[in-house]
Amino acid sequence: MTEQFDVTTTEHVIVPGERAAYTAVFDEKVRADAREVIDRYPDPRSALLPLLHLVQSVQGHVTNEGIEFCAEQLALATAEVSAVATFYTMYKRNPCGQHLVSVCTNTLCAAMGGDEVYKRLGDHLGVGHEETAGTPGEQGSITLEHAECLAACDLAPVLQINYEYYDNQDSTTALELVRALQRGEKPPPTRGAPLTDFRDVERQLAGFFDGPGAEAAENASAAAPETVRGARVADEHGWTAPAMPDHAELPPRPDDK
Amino acid sequence: MTDAANPPEGTNPLTPVLTRRWLSPRSWTLHTYEQLEGYSALRTALSAHPDQLIELVKAAGLRGRGGAGFPAGVKWGFMPKEPSKPHYLVINADEGEPGTCKDVPLMMADPHSLIEGCVIAAYAMRAHHCMIYVRGEALHCVRRLHQAVREAYESGYLGRDILGSGFDLDVVVHAGAGAYICGEETALLDSLEGKRGQPRLKPPFPAQAGLYACPTTVNNVETIASVPYVVNGGSDWFRTMGREKSPGPKIYSLSGHVENPGQYEAPLGTTLRELLELAGGMKDGVPLKFWTPGGSSTPLLTADHLDVPLDFEGATEAGTMLGTTALMIFNETVSVPWAVMKWTQFYEHESCGKCTPCREGCFWLAQVLERMVDGRGTEEDIDTLLDVCDNILGRSFCALGDGAVSPITSGIKYFRDEFLALCERNRSTETADTALVGAAR
Ligand SMILES: Cc1cc2nc3c(=O)[nH]c(=O)nc-3n(C[C@H](O)[C@H](O)[C@H](O)COP(=O)(O)O)c2cc1C
Ligand code: SF4
Ligand code: FES
Repeated sequence: MTEQFDVTTTEHVIVPGERAAYTAVFDEKVRADAREVIDRYPDPRSALLPLLHLVQSVQGHVTNEGIEFCAEQLALATAEVSAVATFYTMYKRNPCGQHLVSVCTNTLCAAMGGDEVYKRLGDHLGVGHEETAGTPGEQGSITLEHAECLAACDLAPVLQINYEYYDNQDSTTALELVRALQRGEKPPPTRGAPLTDFRDVERQLAGFFDGPGAEAAENASAAAPETVRGARVADEHGWTAPAMPDHAELPPRPDDK
Repeated sequence: MTDAANPPEGTNPLTPVLTRRWLSPRSWTLHTYEQLEGYSALRTALSAHPDQLIELVKAAGLRGRGGAGFPAGVKWGFMPKEPSKPHYLVINADEGEPGTCKDVPLMMADPHSLIEGCVIAAYAMRAHHCMIYVRGEALHCVRRLHQAVREAYESGYLGRDILGSGFDLDVVVHAGAGAYICGEETALLDSLEGKRGQPRLKPPFPAQAGLYACPTTVNNVETIASVPYVVNGGSDWFRTMGREKSPGPKIYSLSGHVENPGQYEAPLGTTLRELLELAGGMKDGVPLKFWTPGGSSTPLLTADHLDVPLDFEGATEAGTMLGTTALMIFNETVSVPWAVMKWTQFYEHESCGKCTPCREGCFWLAQVLERMVDGRGTEEDIDTLLDVCDNILGRSFCALGDGAVSPITSGIKYFRDEFLALCERNRSTETADTALVGAAR
């Protein structure tokens, strides 16, 4: 942890007035993307969250350069951008692995085995929360984190790899997943698009769907058996909601007061 | 109550409305949506006067599905009728309340129902901008919504002069970045303005000064996705489901120790007993111990509450809240103090730090609970917990603080013995320690 952070700070420190390294990373293409993001909003500052995702898609975490970049694009002080970047869990202050593995350890998942999953992965990788096994950015490197409820409790315990869902895990299946990632494989998620890398999905979170797997993503089914359980039970019993009238009247317009 | 397979006359035990298309192949595409009546409500709505739609939603009694249950039509009616500034519709798709898992599957399976609802709601409220704030971790929903929005633009359901009505609407899909508090509507607005997501003082309410200080309405995904059905079916139809003050169908999310966890759409007022029957009962037959009716911020209930009608009034009468109808179900093997500790750690982590009772209180609550679960607690700790809760409840800046104390106060109310047992164990260890100390001398 400390080591990685030191590397980052020395590498990316910005000397005022000297922006060579910074413009090399955030080149004309990234600047054009940034402008596109800003143009989506009535007020430019609303673009800050997506811009920070964009920064992570370029560098794998939010660097000081990335903060400068956002500040410049939105005419904000770097302190204002930092204050935002540090508030949100998804912005990583340390270089992230090729893959980010997030294990839900909130109560429901934990009771169903999520704590065990997290422990097993931590033991195997030899890392703790928000730490990376392997060299960040390189093939097979993995950042581990415990996550709060991932809105998939009916599929507990769940984990996400780069925010794709892997449902109904146990410590054995989760370990196998992580081993596959370390071997450079990309095991398919239970729901969602084919697995890519952390940086690829950060680009999608910034609102760009031109990267690897974007098309496959559009066709990826997402309904787990749990999702459609009620719908299926209803179907089997022939239960439907009461029939709608052929023509439903709208209420009259209330008198203007 | 009644056998779920033989309900009393009237509606069926399950009433798929929002979930009706979920079984269809490629349910998320515009093609499927249009084949199954999609965007037909929009045509009706755009030929009506906006105020008729507000009246319709009021008459239907549609209540907010994001947790608080505020009547949607009434909220829409707070928006100025004569726009002097731009109006905004903001969709709360930040689903993060522990246990809640209904909006994510809805957006994955049927994103166009949300988009159609957005256009109708925006038209009713004279808004030409709609922002969908999606929880960042829900990446696949972000993709689905982008795709759906693109399709809708291409087919003339969004953009300029929608379906030749003269009405314009732009929709932006915005990904969050991981912070539970951004689900609170005013924190969400700050976050959407590119700031730290911290709640705002109310008043002014969003309808007066919301996004960019302009009139704004924030609604939950399920609320807005219900709107096309209200338009197509009318208010009387909507009221054939549910109860007088809580009409309509509702997606109940069953998770935990049940045989068949998942999403079950039933009329509001359905009981856990009925839902459990539909879900195959408790997992492996191990008896129920405690459950939440609507996420971790709603006070726990027990096996004595199987027949509580799960609607807004029924839950309140039982001393809890309906919340998000996230039914987390725990069997006898789960320790209540442990579960309460885990939830408290969640609130401690997610407290935004703006106000002292919540920021400091959640920290201390977590410390005390961790100590107790670790077997180092004392009986006084229970009083300390309740005292700290008392200082948070009603004294915090936003409802996160109130939610944080729910598991603790309800856990102690129904399972005090379990907390005491932890201290008992400690007392016997203390004795043992003392004895050892004596022996060492
Ligand atoms: C801490 C906290 C988190 C919340 N999270 C959500 C959420 O994820 N989704 C949601 O729709 N409402 C959430 N709410 C409720 C919103 O503040 C708001 O009441 C709701 O979005 C209004 O929509 P509705 O009237 O359609 O229910 C949250 C409230 C609090 C206090
Ligand atoms: S109650 Fe908690 S989350 Fe809400 S404003 Fe106060 S510190 Fe922030
Ligand atoms: S508790 Fe793990 S997804 Fe909800």
